[in-house]
Amino acid sequence: MAAGALYSFPAVDQFREVSIVSVAPNGGNSESFHINIPVDRVMVGATGKDSSVPLGLAWPTDDIFENVSTEVFKVRNVRGAVIGIAARTVAKEGTVDIADWIIHLPARGSLFVNMGSKPKVGRPRIGQLRAGSQEFDDLQGFVAESWVSDTSGEEGVQRGRIELLATYVSTSEHRVASQTELPE
Amino acid sequence: MKYVVVLIVGILTGAALFAVGLAYNPFVGKAALSPLAVTESQTVTLGYSAVASESLMFTNDGESRIPPYPEKIQQLWEDPIRQTDAMATVLRDGRNQVAGLGIKVASAAESTRLVERKALINSVWYVYLPGRGSFFVEQTENYWDYLRDIVLPAYRSSAGTWKGIWTGNVTVGPGALGTARVVGGSGEFDGLEMLGVESLSVRTWRVAGGPLAADGQLTIELPADQSDNE
Repeated sequence: MAAGALYSFPAVDQFREVSIVSVAPNGGNSESFHINIPVDRVMVGATGKDSSVPLGLAWPTDDIFENVSTEVFKVRNVRGAVIGIAARTVAKEGTVDIADWIIHLPARGSLFVNMGSKPKVGRPRIGQLRAGSQEFDDLQGFVAESWVSDTSGEEGVQRGRIELLATYVSTSEHRVASQTELPE
Repeated sequence: MKYVVVLIVGILTGAALFAVGLAYNPFVGKAALSPLAVTESQTVTLGYSAVASESLMFTNDGESRIPPYPEKIQQLWEDPIRQTDAMATVLRDGRNQVAGLGIKVASAAESTRLVERKALINSVWYVYLPGRGSFFVEQTENYWDYLRDIVLPAYRSSAGTWKGIWTGNVTVGPGALGTARVVGGSGEFDGLEMLGVESLSVRTWRVAGGPLAADGQLTIELPADQSDNE
């Protein structure tokens, strides 16, 4: 009876917000996430930065972290509900800029995105979906990152939102190669 | 009335015997050997402290056994992320030198089946090693042995503390051999598909606060042709 009860009642039942996924014009699906700054910041770590988050964060002072900064955020869906956690790490390796995202949506899976070079002002930065887990396991695609500034707040406080538009195409579709080319 | 009492006592006794049998089944051993222990390829070994207060940051819903660190960090209290932990930590190489930064996000897995000895966690690591590059680790972890060997004895202890030496692999998938999937992002790892295993070594664990002396280790197996280049 105890065994039956353990089988019947799941030990873990993740809460799910309804996924808001739309069909992309050229095939595949697209999904929009955003992060409200500063309220969704969980951690901001960077060498020499006075405004680390949270208070008391002891960011390492080793030389190898000189050009590295990492932020951890809560991620929201288009309705503004928190649905996951994301981390963004930016580093400079010589002349190469590295900017990587991981986006973790507990009931669904995770995305690993490797951003491309910095775009012109006003254009989104595009990154390639390098890997995914669970629901995102067999998907390819890209993520466009853009910053929308909010100037209505008090001066000296950075406010706004980071918008992430993910476009996925299943790798099981035969047209994948042409559909997952990064947009100009 | 007598039969109802007998029935209830019988059910409770059966459930207790079942729980004891599940936890202390002598015919089920611990998987001690890492699937990467016998690899001939070169590996990258990265160690970290598995004690929350020794990490850069650790956060959860704020009501779990392990308190968030630093104290003022935002907690993950919203329903969809309530069963999720996030950690950022410094990673050290095999010579105990600072090698990079690791961010781990882990959520309780709905595929958990205690009756099958599966206390599962779905987790991902993002690892950045300055001068070398970045990679992503995706894994399923099983904490059944950890719960049985450390957590249960700590609860049974009058001091609420477990002390000893426990070492075990927590990675059980998604790879067929119980390995994590590792995907390179930049630098020397760019474009590589690799395997990985995470293991824990615990020396002290307290009911109030979780691990007090514990280390973790990520072992990443580089592809054969990459090893040849080094």
